[in-house]
Amino acid sequence: MENLHFEYEVAGNNFSQAGMASDAVKSTLKKMGIASEDIRRVAIAMYEGEINMVIHGGGGVAVIDIFFDHIEIKLIDHGKGIENIELAMTPGYSTAEDEIRALGFGAGMGLPNMKKYADVLEIESEVGVGTTVYIRVDFH
Amino acid sequence: MKLSKLIDALKATKVNVVDKDFEVTKGYCGDFLSFVMGKAPSGCAWFTVMTNINVCAVATLAEVGVIVVCEGAKSTPELVDKAKAQDVNLIETKYDIFEAVKRYIAAEA
Repeated sequence: MENLHFEYEVAGNNFSQAGMASDAVKSTLKKMGIASEDIRRVAIAMYEGEINMVIHGGGGVAVIDIFFDHIEIKLIDHGKGIENIELAMTPGYSTAEDEIRALGFGAGMGLPNMKKYADVLEIESEVGVGTTVYIRVDFH
Repeated sequence: MKLSKLIDALKATKVNVVDKDFEVTKGYCGDFLSFVMGKAPSGCAWFTVMTNINVCAVATLAEVGVIVVCEGAKSTPELVDKAKAQDVNLIETKYDIFEAVKRYIAAEA
């Protein structure tokens, strides 16, 4: 069976549009009849990544490939990059500004949540160049 | 407990009630959206003071049963529109989160 391929633009610093790509993927998985617990894991992991692109990455592209037994999500931005990925993975660590926190983001739980819900999470980042996040979620 | 019973217990305003017979079985309190996504159980009543549009996105993704905006906070028009568009239950109460949860528990007993 061939995989389904989608690409979505994610706008930087636009919080009213944030989550639209995750929402679209969620709807697609629902139509495919994927189990709701798997959809929840995909949607949350991807939304956290999408929000990071909005807050830190100046927007970017979400590349989605859906296979019969798993989904691969690649989130690519050309933002400021992550200086210390290990530190960024620490629950509670955040570099978000106060106005971002006022919206309810910036708890420092984005990457830890992605790790919690993804079966594979890989982050490549270079300061001043950008970040690519790879998320794989297996369907159970 | 049915959503309609929770609405009575909280003397809540029905901003967008899709299904008043929805069975609320659990609750979650918090305003940081990542905590909600990480911990709120599916189908729960989510007690919060956040009122921006992202609240609906998070509620949808985490499959929250009903958003309970507390402290007399008013949902932003963007949040109301999104809740209507996505069929998300959204109610508002004048009670603070602590009082709202006490009333939830009392109604459940």
